Amino acid sequence: MLMNLFKCKGGVKPPTNKTQSITLPIATAPIPSRLVVPLHQSIGGTPRPIVQAGDQVLKGQLIGEADGWISAAVHAPTSGTVVEVAMHVQPHPSGLDAMCVVIAPDGRDEWIAHQPFDYANAAPEAVREYLQQSGVVGLGGAVFPTHGKLTPSKTVPMEELVINGAECEPFITCDDLLMRERAEEVVRGIGIFRDLLQPKKVLIGIEDNKPEAAAAMRAAVGALGEPFSVVVVPTLYPAGGAKQLIRVLTGKEVPAAKRSTDLGVQCFNVATAYTAWRAIAHGEPVVSRLVTVTGNVHAPRNYEVLIGTPMDELLQLATPHPDTDGIIMGGPMMGFLVPDRQVPVIKATNCLIAHDDRLFPPKPPEMPCIRCGSCAQACPHELQPFEMYWFSRAKNFGKTQEYHIFDCIECGCCSFVCPSRIPLVQYFRFAKSEIWAREREKNAADGAKARFEFKQLREEREKAEKAEKLAKAAAAQAAKKAAEAAAAAAAGEPVAEGAAAAEPVAAEASPVPVAVDPEKAAKMATIQAAMERAKAQREASQPKNTEALKSSQQKEIDEIEARRQAAHLTEAAPPAATGEKTE
Amino acid sequence: MEIVLAIAIMALGAVVLGAALGFASIKFKVEGDPLIEKIEAILPQTQCGQCGYPGCKPYAEAIANGDEINKCPPGGTEGVQRLADLLGREVKPLNAEEKPKQIAIIDEQTCIGCTLCIQACPVDAIVGAAKQMHTIVAPLCTGCELCLPPCPVECIRMEPIAENIDNWKWKYPVVEIKAAPLKEAA
Amino acid sequence: MMFAPAPFLLKDVSVSQVMIQVCVALIPGIAAYASLVGPAILVQLVIATFAALLAEAVMLKIRGKSLALFLSDGSAVVTAWLIALTFPPLAPWWLVVTGTVFAIVVAKHLYGGLGQNPFNPAMVAFAVCIVAFPALMSQWPSVGLQLRLIDQMNIILGWAPRVDALSGATPLDAMKTALKLGDSTFDVSTLLANQDIYGNFAGRGWEWVAGGYLLGGLWLWHRKLITWHVPVAFIAAMATLSGALWLYNPAQFASPLFHLLSGGAMLGAFFIATDPVSGCTTPRGKLIFGAGAGLLAYIIRVFGGYPDGVAFAVLLMNLCAPLIDLLTQPPIFGMKDKA
Ligand code: SF4
Ligand code: SF4
Ligand code: SF4
Ligand code: SF4
Repeated sequence: MLMNLFKCKGGVKPPTNKTQSITLPIATAPIPSRLVVPLHQSIGGTPRPIVQAGDQVLKGQLIGEADGWISAAVHAPTSGTVVEVAMHVQPHPSGLDAMCVVIAPDGRDEWIAHQPFDYANAAPEAVREYLQQSGVVGLGGAVFPTHGKLTPSKTVPMEELVINGAECEPFITCDDLLMRERAEEVVRGIGIFRDLLQPKKVLIGIEDNKPEAAAAMRAAVGALGEPFSVVVVPTLYPAGGAKQLIRVLTGKEVPAAKRSTDLGVQCFNVATAYTAWRAIAHGEPVVSRLVTVTGNVHAPRNYEVLIGTPMDELLQLATPHPDTDGIIMGGPMMGFLVPDRQVPVIKATNCLIAHDDRLFPPKPPEMPCIRCGSCAQACPHELQPFEMYWFSRAKNFGKTQEYHIFDCIECGCCSFVCPSRIPLVQYFRFAKSEIWAREREKNAADGAKARFEFKQLREEREKAEKAEKLAKAAAAQAAKKAAEAAAAAAAGEPVAEGAAAAEPVAAEASPVPVAVDPEKAAKMATIQAAMERAKAQREASQPKNTEALKSSQQKEIDEIEARRQAAHLTEAAPPAATGEKTE
Repeated sequence: MEIVLAIAIMALGAVVLGAALGFASIKFKVEGDPLIEKIEAILPQTQCGQCGYPGCKPYAEAIANGDEINKCPPGGTEGVQRLADLLGREVKPLNAEEKPKQIAIIDEQTCIGCTLCIQACPVDAIVGAAKQMHTIVAPLCTGCELCLPPCPVECIRMEPIAENIDNWKWKYPVVEIKAAPLKEAA
Repeated sequence: MMFAPAPFLLKDVSVSQVMIQVCVALIPGIAAYASLVGPAILVQLVIATFAALLAEAVMLKIRGKSLALFLSDGSAVVTAWLIALTFPPLAPWWLVVTGTVFAIVVAKHLYGGLGQNPFNPAMVAFAVCIVAFPALMSQWPSVGLQLRLIDQMNIILGWAPRVDALSGATPLDAMKTALKLGDSTFDVSTLLANQDIYGNFAGRGWEWVAGGYLLGGLWLWHRKLITWHVPVAFIAAMATLSGALWLYNPAQFASPLFHLLSGGAMLGAFFIATDPVSGCTTPRGKLIFGAGAGLLAYIIRVFGGYPDGVAFAVLLMNLCAPLIDLLTQPPIFGMKDKA
């Protein structure tokens, strides 16, 4: 069918390198020797672990419970024994550790009892919650929890639902193969999204270098009698970016500060639709995904891989050439070199590329910017990368924001075309994370200041109240004294009674210091005693009897430990939130 | 004659431009924050008193009145730098060593619930009631260490905030092209 | 583990490639020029290139930069060629060398080297030399004077007297003289009508040189090394202003065609005003920059004290470029007004 496509500014055409990995059909990767399943695999809250070392788990069993609405559950990818819940190095450019559930597979790959979810008769909220429970997240790479995107805007009617099958990054072919081989399930998944969002139109965008995929999708759409349009879009990186595809298909431009539903449009990846359908129709949570294994390997291919599979084991299936010196997760434009070959495959892993210097020659040295403007012409978001570069480099972060650094999607087009080979994106990432850190610090400082001022105010008030009380007491006493003196005078016993009258005052006055002293002493004594006790306790409690713990005790300790961990980690919550905003 | 004319034109230009500038500076004058507030915005609000003042605001006032700008260890070198930028003063090395950011942790087994640390904490980061175990609300703790001395059972310790995936920052790209060795030039 | 940031793929481009292509684009113009005034211009190109590379090497060494990396970037060569092409072809060698060294040392490296210079170095050199050596900078060979290479060399190297051979003037010089004299019997139109001396459009042969630059410029545009904005705005502005005045009084003002095809107009429109470092970068900014340079060049030519105004016009616009850029930031993705 013919459709009016909109032009997208910028973009580049790197060599696609896709043909290598589409010669073979999808294969299922064998169950690895060990699965390391990170708990934090999607944008938003880190799921809480609900298993512990020694537990038996079945395939698809919940192991991490979603924490908050923007968060998605995590499941055991196969049956086996939980070896530990511990910190392991992550597939993340930082190379830092995060909480993972480590499972030793038993090889039986035994499913939990699962059944289809009757979504036709369920309320939309229930469907969304079910998808959250099934761990359905955006598999295009952004891993935003899908249920969070399935709520239409209250004010703007939903016009278009865009399904992203463009897959513009070089090397990656997992969506291509998915659409070729499992088009029907993809289309049914799209049907679910359509039912929840009620858009007027559904547009499936596929780049023109994937004619087989487009044909398969058309056939499936036709066979299922759905009114979806499959639209072939020109091959241009980054046409598969959500915002770019929305622009090309609908002409709408979603700025960084807005959600796409505010413009009446929403975008999902084809693989997300597929997993949503598997979850609804078969009750299978997301425990595996398609991964393209390519690059410097003998047999590039797409594999259905269990989440948590060590990347090295997966790469071995495609027999990498011996000069492979690293693994890129994701595509060559936006991916990163993983910090360790043993890091696990996660939901965001769409592609592994064996890196070597022949495929990816080392970067030539950086030259000064000659302001040639190539980067600005290539930028799909029509930014001025060289200006942002200039200010990022000078660490003038305020200026970078004036040039809209947070609209940058880090697509890498600018770095790709720069004749001076400046790692522009790297500068933008640096600037962005500095700005976030500063924002966090600023918020923390503001909060601290507010609490400090409040505390001072409170102390002032307490002091004032105390002073008032004392004053009142003194006044009362003085009145009493005066009254007594008057009474005495009235009784007409001037001299002897005068002393007697003074006495009660003294007696009344003296108990105060006397009473305080024992009180203080008692307090001191208690503190002393408590200190003794505490010391004894500390000595007694800490190093001893940790060997023969009952499981309940262990659990308690673990809980406390977890709480302490959480106490360390809670710092993390605000940055995650900011990160999400700019996503 | 021509020279006189030229001079006259230049002089006229100078007068007109000067007047325009003067007018603009009056017309578009921005009412800025008072200096003390600007200084205080740079100070880290740890309220630790290491600067010798009972909190960040008094120190800000002192700086505005001419005190040194390098007395705030939690602000670090960067803080000194920013103060120097704001005030147009010279950057001085910090007068103490720079510590990594840290937070306090109460050993909950040992805590006797004396509430002394609650009173000491300037930013209300400790929760607990008398004779109950206390704990520190990590995100609120500024790491000022003021709660350490009052604790009778020494159950509070400081721990540096570890880098994790969420607070991790991209590093500044390594760029400077170093001078090539001389033989390369030859 | 090694670290390399994304993207891992880079387009096969580099600064030296860009600069080499600019040099290639200059070749048609140079060829026409050489056939017009003789091989002397080639000698000047060689002298300027060597002077520029030497000055560049010395400055890089002093500044502690990588010679291997920066000497091969080709930017000094482009500057040198522009100087050689804008100076009189039989200028003494030391004048070209002085200009080139000044361009590289002062106008480029003292401002921070490649990518940092606020003014176009070649134009700075031209401006400085024409102010310092006005006589030498306006000695153009008489048209039709076909000297042998050896004689030209002698003149350039100062071994032969400069006077006789160099009494000629470019069409622009002649026009300027005519305008200055204000002699009603010798107005511009009669001057230009004398086709025997000055060629059909812009002086004999000069239109071919301009055509060569135009060709090279179009090729640069085709290679996407320059955008259309600056040349189009430059040419349009100059043509409009000169056209209006020409229609008003053809006796006193030369035709737009004459202006566009003479002097440094084409070179300026495609090679000098398009210099990205010292020019504007936003699309609208480029339009303003080009138009401003075109207008100023015409005004200086016709009403100013110098025969050609491209150099001063470009320098003046360089001065405004940062401000123009700041004021013409294009709207970004998703922030355009849906009018
Ligand atoms: S592409 Fe590179 S050299 Fe050109 S303007 Fe952008 S950053 Fe500068
Ligand atoms: S990385 Fe950012 S600045 Fe560079 S082209 Fe992409 S969106 Fe534009
Ligand atoms: S040393 Fe710094 S953080 Fe501490 S009170 Fe003084 S100004 Fe505030
Ligand atoms: S808990 Fe301790 S270290 Fe943290 S802010 Fe309060 S007093 Fe300072």
